[in-house]
Amino acid sequence: MYQWDGTLSPSEFDISVADLCERWREVGTSLPQWVWLPDRALGALSCNVAAGYLAIENIYHQNASEEGSFEESISRDEEPFDEATLVPSNKNDMHIYDYHILYSFTFRVPVLYFRGYQSDGCPLKLVDIEKDLPAYSLKLLRESKWAFITQEDHPYLHRPWYTLHPCGTGDWMKFLLCSDAPNKIPPLHGYLSAWLSVIGQVVGLRIPIGLFKSV
Amino acid sequence: MELCSEEAMKYVWEGAIPLQIHLHESDVTTLPPPPPALVLGPRIGYLPLLVPIIKPYFSGALPPGEDTVWFDYKGLPLKWYVPLGVLFDLLCAEPERPWNLTVHFRGYPGEVLTPCEGEETVKWSYINSLKEAAYVINGNSKSIMNMPQADQFDLWQSLIKGDMDGYHRISSRLKLGPVGEDCILNRASSMQSRQATDEPEIVGSNRPSRLPVRLYVRNVDQDLEYLEDVQTLDNWDSVSYINRAIEFHKEGGNYMTLKHAMRNILREIFSEEASTNANELDGTEEADSAYRDLETTSMKNDLVEESTFGRQGPNKGTLVRIQGIEPDLDIPFAWVVNNLKNPDYFLHVCVYVGTSSKAKAK
Repeated sequence: MYQWDGTLSPSEFDISVADLCERWREVGTSLPQWVWLPDRALGALSCNVAAGYLAIENIYHQNASEEGSFEESISRDEEPFDEATLVPSNKNDMHIYDYHILYSFTFRVPVLYFRGYQSDGCPLKLVDIEKDLPAYSLKLLRESKWAFITQEDHPYLHRPWYTLHPCGTGDWMKFLLCSDAPNKIPPLHGYLSAWLSVIGQVVGLRIPIGLFKSV
Repeated sequence: MELCSEEAMKYVWEGAIPLQIHLHESDVTTLPPPPPALVLGPRIGYLPLLVPIIKPYFSGALPPGEDTVWFDYKGLPLKWYVPLGVLFDLLCAEPERPWNLTVHFRGYPGEVLTPCEGEETVKWSYINSLKEAAYVINGNSKSIMNMPQADQFDLWQSLIKGDMDGYHRISSRLKLGPVGEDCILNRASSMQSRQATDEPEIVGSNRPSRLPVRLYVRNVDQDLEYLEDVQTLDNWDSVSYINRAIEFHKEGGNYMTLKHAMRNILREIFSEEASTNANELDGTEEADSAYRDLETTSMKNDLVEESTFGRQGPNKGTLVRIQGIEPDLDIPFAWVVNNLKNPDYFLHVCVYVGTSSKAKAK
């Protein structure tokens, strides 16, 4: 009897990356497209499976309590704020985020790295980022032993980024994809889309509804 | 063959780097400036742990205010979570004794270094590495997560005091090895199972064993025969930090060598569509010796893959440095892991990739 452990191999990750990009394109969103950036550090020696990262950047962050910010911006600027265009009407309050998806060769799961900035480019501290997160997410981060944000060196950019620790990912992915048939090994091309639909909510990245459909 | 050597482990635990620590001029408020501090830094330890020893040398000279301590080597801010011995092996191609470092008590470069508030931060980082190592070895971090607080405290204290016996007394309960006599490589079944199915690997008794390794690769683009000419590292972007798990099996075959383990990781970074030409082989002799007793079809596949390694050209060379030594690459990988690993159960390996006037891929 086979039992899947919720993880995926480097080549399965690569396949899932391509799958996620395609779904993201198809589903249609005002957010930018994901871009794959391969690891170039070793120059000509590097052409590695799963070595690199998927990036989506310059995401303007909407306040967790949307109605609140909508009204605030109305009263401050006296001009309509169109959510669909994501153009900030009150630049001083806007936070901008970059999100990268990498593969962990030790945990054999994807890992999210992210950074936030103020509109003047000044990096956000964790306390500032937490203010951008929805209440349920903060609760989860405080109570769950598998979900916590730490600051680590980005494995490819070699600078401090925030990250969600990957240690529990295998367990909850197994639950997510297999709970109705524990001895079945699910098709893994949709792994990243399923993973992102959960992780995105934790960090307040707005995942298009279409991505949720069963993989 | 004896895969555990207490003598070798003692050398590792007792290894230390003589340091000459200079206070950065911007932190000096006295005239004349204080002389440098001479400190012996344990290889398996971490720079922030030396601060309580270093600070008394300079406290009279420091400006008022809160300390945020960091170190640099020739201008390069040093990553505090990397073991001291690894930093030395990586940054000094030609060992510098004493090793001249600069300490800063102000102006922490937060855009380059993750925050460090002293011993607690280092301990937390070490425990996380241990959890990761446990995950690689056992498929879960339970043995670390379930450690009683008292054990965790004792383990950490043993590390910072360099008490190897005390450390092993506690760590032996964590079920993290050592790699035994039965851990020998069978590449055939590994490769066939991968080619036969798209499914993820099977968990359980068939699961291949994995060992945690951290590689620090510097592409120095010059002759490795003349290490003293290697340029100072001025940017961490020039180092590839490769955090991996090396797989190997427990069934019949020959011992997996350090060379093979290295090629296992570095081969992955070569193009998988590389065309192969047996005539281009540079390391044919080495390929044969590594697989002398294996008479399976996998050997042909390996030879084909060896030619991929030689593809970099006859002048590419590598220097592998672990715990300050350049081991014979034919040593069984299991021995290297058992005896040269760090207390976090990772094997930290520095690799210099350059050219070799001997014109032979090592």
